Amino acid sequence: MIRDITIGQYYPAKSILHSLDPRVKLVGTFLYIISLFIVKHYTAYVLVTIFLLSAITLSKVPLKFIVKGLKQILILLIFTVGFNLFLTKGDPVVEFGFLTITDQGIITALKMGFRLIFLIIGSSLMTYTTTPNQLTDGLENLLAPLNKIKIPVHEIAMMMSIALRFIPILVEETDKIMKAQMARGADFESGNIIQRAKSLIPILVPLFVSAFRRANDLAMAMEARCYRGGKGRTKMKPLKYDKRDMITYFVMITFFILIISTRILF
Amino acid sequence: MAIKIENLNYVYSPKTAYEKVALDKVNIEINDGDFIGLIGHTGSGKSTLVQHLNGLLKATSGAIYYNGQNIYSEGYNFKELRSKVGLVFQYPEHQLFGTTIFEDVAFGPSNQGLSKAEIDERTRKALDMVGISEDLYESSPFEISGGQKRRVAIAGVLAMEPEVLVLDEPTAGLDPKGRDEILEQISKLHLENNMTIVLVSHSMEDVAKYANRIIVMNNGQVKFNDEPKAVFSHYKELEEIGLAAPAVTYIMDGLKNIGFDIDVSATTIEEAKKEILSYISRVQ
Ligand SMILES: Nc1ncnc2c1ncn2[C@@H]1O[C@H](COP(=O)(O)OP(=O)(O)O)[C@@H](O)[C@H]1O
Ligand SMILES: [Mg+2]
Repeated sequence: MIRDITIGQYYPAKSILHSLDPRVKLVGTFLYIISLFIVKHYTAYVLVTIFLLSAITLSKVPLKFIVKGLKQILILLIFTVGFNLFLTKGDPVVEFGFLTITDQGIITALKMGFRLIFLIIGSSLMTYTTTPNQLTDGLENLLAPLNKIKIPVHEIAMMMSIALRFIPILVEETDKIMKAQMARGADFESGNIIQRAKSLIPILVPLFVSAFRRANDLAMAMEARCYRGGKGRTKMKPLKYDKRDMITYFVMITFFILIISTRILF
Repeated sequence: MAIKIENLNYVYSPKTAYEKVALDKVNIEINDGDFIGLIGHTGSGKSTLVQHLNGLLKATSGAIYYNGQNIYSEGYNFKELRSKVGLVFQYPEHQLFGTTIFEDVAFGPSNQGLSKAEIDERTRKALDMVGISEDLYESSPFEISGGQKRRVAIAGVLAMEPEVLVLDEPTAGLDPKGRDEILEQISKLHLENNMTIVLVSHSMEDVAKYANRIIVMNNGQVKFNDEPKAVFSHYKELEEIGLAAPAVTYIMDGLKNIGFDIDVSATTIEEAKKEILSYISRVQ
């Protein structure tokens, strides 16, 4: 049911990718995404494919899971490929009526399609191997310099991690409330728009009440444990770079330089 | 026979890393007029099981018959099933939404397509059954006490006039007085309105007094399914799965072990008292 919604889902496993410092993964993903905008020549595509396949293997996330993530962008993918296929000018290969497929079109469509797939797989690989809490920790740490220009980095990161923590809770709560109202004969599927909107009231009211109750409890619990914002707060598990993190940085930078050089050389 | 469960299996999030077998080959029969105590440790699958009874969850495999009809057969009317098998969720007060208590309780019957007069009548009857007085009808369900909220929520299900009432831990989080009140009201529904009751709990004490049969769940399986005395006699095994027999069982057993020749099958304080008194008069 509603529980099956996946939002940047974490896939628990013990792999090298899982154990990397979140900062490395954030910076690495950033470099990877930039390099996707640089790729042009075939060799670069081959490089990215090899890189991505090795990362997937190292992550121990089953391929099935990764492909499932692609389904969510299927429509976008079809549009991108379709538009490029039909609307690129060049030498016609096939013509049906007013639609023409050109050789240039095939090439661009393939390239765009692959780029999009690479982009989604690469970034979801990061969320599959990093818990939301690690991610916000990493972000907070990387963005810490922004404190100097009075941006409350810690508070933003805390808000983010609380919001992320609340998503599954609220999803579960919605599931429960929906079931409870269905047990009382509620029907969310039939009727016109107005009836359907009205049928949401028995879900939304309890959901809001519960969200406020939980937020209140959480605020109370945080205050009871002397939470006073980020100033002077130490961490139980401070982020620390390991040897493998350094190696990964090195690999990522090498990869990035290689991609840039394909652009210069070919 | 009201409900028959056959070889029921249920798996949460199948084929993912979070796969969890919650029900494992469950076979249960619930007869008309039964008062069943469904007991098990947290996570043993009680809530999962009861959500199958009115078709909110669909079994991975197996079958459920309601009055002889397989609820998984083509075109089965789940809406009707849900008004026949009333399910009160755990912490039902979290699902209140009406602007007034009356409106909230009337939600169930108004989904049944009844006339306004009938809805009105059922709502009043249900509120009366749980002991909510008329002067509260127009108050907001958010400004009454916790125990009252829970009774209003139970009335919300009773107003649909179900034949079978299933309650998932109806006493969780209540004080002893609130707990006794709720249990007494459920018992009244059973005795006076002849309702079939399935009472989910993790406390033997709660159900020992009322149930005519106790079903013990462990790890998604039915471990015991028998009358209370027979189930409590397995108290060593119950302890192993994180449960306990009522305190009187231990007292009677202790008395027997130090040499008193008494019958140890008492499950409530009254029965124990009677047995001990009769023992005393026997030896005198
Ligand atoms: N919505 C769900 N998704 C995944 N697993 C669940 C869900 N609900 C319950 N479970 C799991 O199924 C098992 C049985 O849970 P439940 O039926 O709620 O037990 P009980 O009511 O006896 O405490 C538990 O291990 C629980 O973690
Ligand atoms: Mg439960």
